Amino acid sequence: MAAVAATLAFGSGAVQAAEAEPGGKLLLTGGVSALEGGGGGGVATWALIGGNETSRGVGGSVHATYVNVPDYELRSAGVTLGLFDRVELSLARQDFDTGATGAKLGLGQGFTFKQTVAGVKVRLIGDAVYDQDTWLPQVAVGAQFKQNDQPAIVRAVGAQDDTGIDYYAAATKVLLDRSLVVSGAVRLTKANQTGLLGFGGDKHDRYGAQFEGSAGWLVSKRLLVGAEYRTKPDNLGFAKEDDWADVFVAYAFSKTLSVTAAYADLGDIATFRNQRGLYVSLQAGF
Amino acid sequence: MRLILAATALSLTFAGVAFAQQPVPPGEQPVEPYVQSNANAGATPMRDKAVLEAFHGKEGIARITSDLVDRNIADPRIKDIFATADVVRLKRTLSEQFCYILAGPASDGGCDYTGKDMSATHQYQGITPRDFNILVENLQKAMDKEGVPFAAQNKLLAKLAPMSRQVIERR
Ligand code: HEM
Repeated sequence: MAAVAATLAFGSGAVQAAEAEPGGKLLLTGGVSALEGGGGGGVATWALIGGNETSRGVGGSVHATYVNVPDYELRSAGVTLGLFDRVELSLARQDFDTGATGAKLGLGQGFTFKQTVAGVKVRLIGDAVYDQDTWLPQVAVGAQFKQNDQPAIVRAVGAQDDTGIDYYAAATKVLLDRSLVVSGAVRLTKANQTGLLGFGGDKHDRYGAQFEGSAGWLVSKRLLVGAEYRTKPDNLGFAKEDDWADVFVAYAFSKTLSVTAAYADLGDIATFRNQRGLYVSLQAGF
Repeated sequence: MRLILAATALSLTFAGVAFAQQPVPPGEQPVEPYVQSNANAGATPMRDKAVLEAFHGKEGIARITSDLVDRNIADPRIKDIFATADVVRLKRTLSEQFCYILAGPASDGGCDYTGKDMSATHQYQGITPRDFNILVENLQKAMDKEGVPFAAQNKLLAKLAPMSRQVIERR
């Protein structure tokens, strides 16, 4: 949900209190950690490079995310490395816990899909914060390498593969004079529920372009409120897959610690309808 | 480097014959002559009455810029860069610059900027992106202290942000 660690505006970033502290990026300019790792919003990908370092250093962040919807639970944890505000490397682990729903799906009580996502992102042009005299956004391209740990089961529900690669291009702009952050991304993907239900399907097995958009309002140095939308493929015959949306609040307790809370609508997941609930993510950056 | 600087200063002095020597304001060090122009401010005026009011007019701007300079010269992270700066001149020109950007030129009731342009001023200081962001942080604190609302603060920051291209030397 919110990509920005909450405080946008220049300033907090990474610059910690005393001397000899690392960092130096303006607040918010690393984004928060997305569900699939890397700097971004919660479910949307941003062009910002994660971590608190500028073009002259290496920064990073760690995150833990918990999503609770009526019939499932999603947990994610990961690390992000930002290299010279140019390249971002990320690793995230997602646990999709079916809880009691697992038994109803015939998977067994508490059955948990797990996915590992390794990402790389490269900033191509622009600076989302400094370039306030032009409409040109910060633009980045990236790839996410995803590995699902349940090859047999994702194939049983119709997926064609248990590994997949997403490719995306993202553009992010901070409109400082309006205290707004806007971001959009196009993702080429075959992933079912981001890959938690495998890649490709019995219905479709081709790469398709999906859209991710977010907009946030900087209420104060510490607080960002906004909304996100992410379209998804619909590859599996056994269950319709819906787009995701959320409204979020991101708050920075300090330059290094921020929390994102959101109300997310994940639509129908694996035949269970209207999965709406709370998303909470804690992030520490350096 | 020293030689080059001295040579540049010398040639500037000769070039300076072309325009009148400006009087040195009280408390300030003399500077090599340069062409004064509001274009040196590095941004076009905002001309938004509401924003000017949010900054509490010229007096508020002067308080903010003075406080900003005080914070910078006391900030252990960047104070070395300001070691040889003419603080009296810096406060005056910075105040003129912010006033010009927020209120327009003197002919419109604002201020004329009489300082040097952003490239010339910050050359050879070796300023990094981190230094720049620290200064912005200090500016945010100075604006907070003056009670300028966040949205109005961001309007000024939007004008200053692109100057990073002239100010930052070590990327
Ligand atoms: C957008 C950001 C900035 C603006 C608008 C700005 C503006 C100014 C102005 C108006 C002057 C006086 C010009 C003159 O004397 O004619 C000045 C001088 C100076 N600035 Fe900046 N500045 C900025 C960023 C920085 C940064 C990031 C640093 C270092 C951390 C810095 C260090 C200095 C120093 C040391 C001087 C004094 C130079 C001298 O007296 O020789 N400035 N600046």
